[in-house]
Amino acid sequence: MAIIIDENTNVIVQGATGNQGRFHTRQMLAYGTRVVAGTSPGKGGQEVEGVRIYDTVAAAMEDHRVDASCIFIPAPYARDAAFEAIEAGIKVVVIITEHIPVHDEMDIINFARQKGATVIGPNTFGIVSSGKCKIGIPSNQFFVPGPVGVVARSGTLTYEIVANLTAGGIGQTTVVGLGGDRVVGLSFVDVLQRFEKDPETKAVVLVGEIGGNQEEEASLFIKKMSKPVVAYIAGKSAPPGKRMGHAGAIIERGKGTYEGKVRALKEAGASVAALPFEVPELIRELIG
Amino acid sequence: MKLFEYMGKELFSGYGITVPRGRMASTPGEAAAVAAEIGGEVVVKSQILSGKRGKGGGILFAASPAEAEDAAAKILGSTVQGLKVESVLVEEKIKIDRELYLAITVDGSARKPVLIASASGGMDIEDVPDEDIVKYHIDTFVGLQPYAAREITRRLGLTGPPAGEMNRLLPLLYRIFREKDAELVEINPLVVSGDKLIAADAKVTIDDEALYRQKGLPHVEERTEAEQKAHALGLSYVQLEGNIAVMANGAGITMGTLDTLQHFGGRPANFLDAGGGTGTEATAKALEILLETNPRVILINIFGGITRCDDVANALVKVKNEIGIPVPVVIRLVGTNEETGVRILRENGFEAYRMMREAAAKAVEIANSGN
Repeated sequence: MAIIIDENTNVIVQGATGNQGRFHTRQMLAYGTRVVAGTSPGKGGQEVEGVRIYDTVAAAMEDHRVDASCIFIPAPYARDAAFEAIEAGIKVVVIITEHIPVHDEMDIINFARQKGATVIGPNTFGIVSSGKCKIGIPSNQFFVPGPVGVVARSGTLTYEIVANLTAGGIGQTTVVGLGGDRVVGLSFVDVLQRFEKDPETKAVVLVGEIGGNQEEEASLFIKKMSKPVVAYIAGKSAPPGKRMGHAGAIIERGKGTYEGKVRALKEAGASVAALPFEVPELIRELIG
Repeated sequence: MKLFEYMGKELFSGYGITVPRGRMASTPGEAAAVAAEIGGEVVVKSQILSGKRGKGGGILFAASPAEAEDAAAKILGSTVQGLKVESVLVEEKIKIDRELYLAITVDGSARKPVLIASASGGMDIEDVPDEDIVKYHIDTFVGLQPYAAREITRRLGLTGPPAGEMNRLLPLLYRIFREKDAELVEINPLVVSGDKLIAADAKVTIDDEALYRQKGLPHVEERTEAEQKAHALGLSYVQLEGNIAVMANGAGITMGTLDTLQHFGGRPANFLDAGGGTGTEATAKALEILLETNPRVILINIFGGITRCDDVANALVKVKNEIGIPVPVVIRLVGTNEETGVRILRENGFEAYRMMREAAAKAVEIANSGN
């Protein structure tokens, strides 16, 4: 078992003929992801890494069953691409694109809710069900199967933690990148609920950061969970009022501070790592 | 991008929201001229991108053009809330019967716009108790329709002509929020003045990611020079006060790197997120920005996903060969195309670490040596 995607998930890549789309189509195939088609307007009939390209999502779906889409479309056109996937009935839409205007993000998620689709991102590294399916951009080598679910707001920091887990002999069920923007499809709570129900997931790692109140909301759910949670929050050293790269990562009016989040998580029973590389040790203490 | 109050008010006025009569002035003489044009009592308000101006002496009243000139002379060039004042807004003093609060912003946890209103205006909304605040989420596909405006007005307890004015104003404010790609539109206070509602202040923040399609707006720059340079390259840069220059790829890992440096007793000079997929050219430019801050050491922490290790290695070599790197560089490089990247580094005399903790400890050791 895994959450959201698994070895039977058929994936299309929107924007497969661009630089990033092409590179990561190859990487995803190498990981074993079932990339069944790609789209690129005006390039229907071409092939990328042996994958057939279609002009539109609907055209790809005439020939293939599609469960998920991975979007590499530039920000100004990303809303259109996401709408296209959702309208076509794709139930998992992973939006890698960064710098999408927040109003477009609200529209995308609004439409996804109407159509019952799950949006991962925008501005995410994607999602990996280790050993089964990777949709997104992380380097393949670090994701191996095992008992730990990982949910994170940021990308590279997650690779850091997952690589540390893997180096310590601890594999993962599914690793989910929520995305670094203020408005994204999934919350920590949405993913924690799925991990709580997944029989293979024995413990969960939550990688948060300063700003917003997502970690505080997650704490309320962690209190009710049967599985142990280890958290790391980035931004302990960040000065207030400065936006640390992510739209969401800013301490405003004394809210969203490192201390507040750590307090809420500890009160909920989570173990909190002070530094990223302490995560594997804490996991090992909890699940042996 | 934050707009100055006078820009926000021009925007409001263009949409039919009532604002006090007035204009921006950047010299005392101009302020006097505006005051003469308005006639009667005026208020002279410092234009800075921060609230709480009244407490900092940034808002003065004047009964005549001569007084307005004096007030502007006092405020212009002074520092209010830590910011230098370069312009003032001179406008008519309005009669205040009652002050309300009104804002529309993005609610990240609901993933929807939220309208926040209160009958207790004029103060920081954070200080208003929850029971005195009306919150109304808006479906972006429906918009803020007249029925919603009537409901919000009812919950605020407004009656008579101001209620009618509020019903008219709310959809206009939402239109500005949507059409201008705003993250925040705030009126505090929104003044009940006789039968009228007047926006006595205007706070507007435009989504930076949408500026490419918001051509009609004025440009306001809040960043330092180095921050602007980095932004133009698509990098996210924040200046800090230490002596270890940091470049990493991804906001989270950059924060994690700063936290780790601090844990080992080091002081980061900056936050520089080189982002995902940044090529050789941009990475080289990023390094040049770091060098300009005269650090003791540079720490590069790359975990390549979309970023390729060979691009980073090539950038480092390019900067070394073209402009030279006068300080020690500590590099941690793993991920996509790691082997090629590390090989390029070795061939050019750089050593690469695999573990972030080792690289961070090394950088701190160098930075603190000889102190």
